[in-house]
Amino acid sequence: MSIATPTAEASHDGEHHAHVEDKLALLKKIHTFSTDHKVIGVQFLITTMLMLLVGGALALGVRWQLAFPWESMPFFGSLFAQQGGQISPEFYTMLFTMHATVMIFLVIIPILAGAFGNFLIPLMIGADDMAFPLLNALSYWFMWPAIACFGASFFFGGGPAAGWTSYPVLSAVQEAAPGSGMAQTMWLLAVTFVGVSSMMGSVNYMTTIINMRAPGMTLFRMPLTIWAMFITAILQAFALPVLTAAGFMLLFERTLGFTFFVPGGLVINNADPTTGGGQPLLWQHLFWFYSHPAVYIMILPAMGMVSDMLACMSRKPIFGYKPMVYSMAAIAGLGFIVWGHHMFISGMNPALGMTFMVSTMMIALPSAVKVFNWIGTMWGGRLQFNTVLLNAVAFVSMFIVGGLSGIFMAAVPVDIYIHDTYFIVAHFHYVLFGATLFGVFGAIHFWFPKMFGRTMSETVGKWHFFLTFIGFNGTFFPMHLLGVAGMPRRYADPYLHPYLEHLLPMNQFMTICAILMGFAQLLLLGNFLISIFVGKECSDNPWHANGLEWSAPSPPPHGNFPSVPVVYRGPYEYSDPAQPEGLDYWPQTEPPPAPA
Amino acid sequence: MKRFWCTFFVFWPIMAVILCWVAPAQNWWFPRGASGTGAAMSPLGERIDDLFYMILIITAVTFVGTQIGLGYVLFTGARRSDAPHGAEDAEKTWFTHGSHNLEVMWSVVPAAVLLFIALYQMEVWAEFRVKDSFPDEVRTGPIAEVTARQFEWRIRYPGLDANGNPLELMPDPQPTDLYTVNELHVTSAEPVMIWLRSEDVQHSFFLPELRVKQDAVPGLVIPVWFEATKSTDYSWLCAELCGWGHYKMKGRFVAEPEEDLREWMQELQNEQMDDGVPDDVGDSQVAD
Repeated sequence: MSIATPTAEASHDGEHHAHVEDKLALLKKIHTFSTDHKVIGVQFLITTMLMLLVGGALALGVRWQLAFPWESMPFFGSLFAQQGGQISPEFYTMLFTMHATVMIFLVIIPILAGAFGNFLIPLMIGADDMAFPLLNALSYWFMWPAIACFGASFFFGGGPAAGWTSYPVLSAVQEAAPGSGMAQTMWLLAVTFVGVSSMMGSVNYMTTIINMRAPGMTLFRMPLTIWAMFITAILQAFALPVLTAAGFMLLFERTLGFTFFVPGGLVINNADPTTGGGQPLLWQHLFWFYSHPAVYIMILPAMGMVSDMLACMSRKPIFGYKPMVYSMAAIAGLGFIVWGHHMFISGMNPALGMTFMVSTMMIALPSAVKVFNWIGTMWGGRLQFNTVLLNAVAFVSMFIVGGLSGIFMAAVPVDIYIHDTYFIVAHFHYVLFGATLFGVFGAIHFWFPKMFGRTMSETVGKWHFFLTFIGFNGTFFPMHLLGVAGMPRRYADPYLHPYLEHLLPMNQFMTICAILMGFAQLLLLGNFLISIFVGKECSDNPWHANGLEWSAPSPPPHGNFPSVPVVYRGPYEYSDPAQPEGLDYWPQTEPPPAPA
Repeated sequence: MKRFWCTFFVFWPIMAVILCWVAPAQNWWFPRGASGTGAAMSPLGERIDDLFYMILIITAVTFVGTQIGLGYVLFTGARRSDAPHGAEDAEKTWFTHGSHNLEVMWSVVPAAVLLFIALYQMEVWAEFRVKDSFPDEVRTGPIAEVTARQFEWRIRYPGLDANGNPLELMPDPQPTDLYTVNELHVTSAEPVMIWLRSEDVQHSFFLPELRVKQDAVPGLVIPVWFEATKSTDYSWLCAELCGWGHYKMKGRFVAEPEEDLREWMQELQNEQMDDGVPDDVGDSQVAD
């Protein structure tokens, strides 16, 4: 029974559901205030996929300027025709600020925790819904005020332009930048809204996972996806309040005249000197105390999902299940004491640099353990080379690069040189795009059949993967070299500096790759949307996977399971020789054979 | 098609290694600038580069090793899936939940390597930033104060005494101080220190060829020391986002022998103290 391509046969569980499911049941409710976790998951998924296109378009603006500085931008240039279609330096700072903001707050965090967290948690633990369905619905709908505020911010002075890190003084004083007026206020409000949204999700996930597991679903029988979502929820619960507090402090400083971050006596852009006695480094500490754990919020769920995909597509149990769980816990724990590595040259006490260097080096360890265990999972397996596996392997391969380049910047002396250069940009794109987004692409193909009862096109999926992978590496690998060559980030025109002039052709090559990668995403979106209606119909368990979600109908009805499922084993018992029917999978709900 | 994808995944790390290998010859490596070779132009910079290369070797070995491992499991995994599960000739899947020994090995070895890297870096960092470890030459005080503002560098030197020797730089501006904009002259081949400040937002003092970078933070005065080995012009730019003109915040950084620096400062002093009255007129008035 090979599963190289999903089969249309009835699920192994035999229960061919008499009631014909409406395959569009979830889609039909996406405009409603539904409290069904699956509808909310699909709402999050479609919203974030659209936001991915917005964030991508902003990135292409950045890439255009770096490849063809000050030249009129084709197509998009008509949007700012009064500037002759040219990207002004003010507009350029807005572009990279909003690219990062959209990608982090409106794509990666909500697509992982919001879309897949919502859709998968109750299904994978055998619950009928989340613990707090109303709170869950609110967590989605709170995204919209955030999207509205981010969107509105573009119309005030050209949009916020202090970077996604919004360091004061630049972000705190209106005169400091064209985007530091109302646009920055809108940005802070939007971040507060996404924070509220995340927090409502986080509380819900923790409660659901702790309290609502099906009988037999012990903690160490939970899929790694659930462990990852659980740990992510804990990270959010502890880190987010700090960002929210910092955001409010900055908001009060900007609007009510409080002083937290801006020292007195600064003359900014010929305005009156500032008064008060704030400290700009305070923001950096508060911001990174959230945003470093947030980096793990942006990768852990993908790690969990990739683990599930790799085990299923290798037809093998996870190699070292418990070390995988402990590694994620270690990443989460250490994640709280490494924030200072963003601030090595910020002017903070240099002794802190040493302690943060040691903790940062140590956080590479659980990541390494996970990589070895993923390779171990595939080792000796019967690999099913479908789109899911390709994206999951890309996750591992790209994560290796992103993890190793992290060691360079964890080393403080080396970081003196590469800090704020393109080396950093290369590093976090390898982790956030190369790892997380490939993981997400795999997850979309893997769980799509559960959402819509059909599969996505394998051919289009593979073309999407092929083009994205090539475009990705062509865009981001050379960034390591730009970084070593000393090209700083956030420069509208690096070629103004003679020692960077010769890097223009390389930047042009990267931009062409980025455009290729951007267009490839249309394949994903098209494949997703068209397959909802005309994809090949499939059984409830097309991948012959073990998880509880595959024992529910596709799409699962309200309440998910016909009866409360009982769990007899862990989720990774693939190719177990003890399987009584000689199958290479053994669903968690299948009772063990009666003793002879 | 399976083999195609295996090759695909093996192909790209090979490309990555080749690209890094040819990068220095293609001038895609450390900025050549003043050195012509890309070598760091300061003793501390050379040690930073050594640390960079040490990490590069360790990570390159790890990268190649893990990618070979990945390639191996992909190819053998593809072979195993040639025959369907349960077929007579099917190669068995390795049914295992892991290996305690392997877990211990691949936890302890990377832990030791990472700890070694961290401890090995401490000294250079301390020398760059911890005041007690600064070289003796710079303990006498800064040669200039560099104040960043949108989007330029303002430099304040102490004035010269009657013998042409620099006075001590005071924390607050003095009437005798000398000023330049976007032009910093320092002595070459000896450690020198500046005070770094900001007048408005954060900036960062970045000398790529010397491998020096330090943020300028409003409200703080941060001592930064460096040693330019060669007498020449170096690139000098801002590395922390400071507003729309961040990219054009560049200055002229000149390292030169002590006597040339003195001469330049003397000229600067003559220029700035010039009251517009010709010298000979002043002399004759004195004579009167």
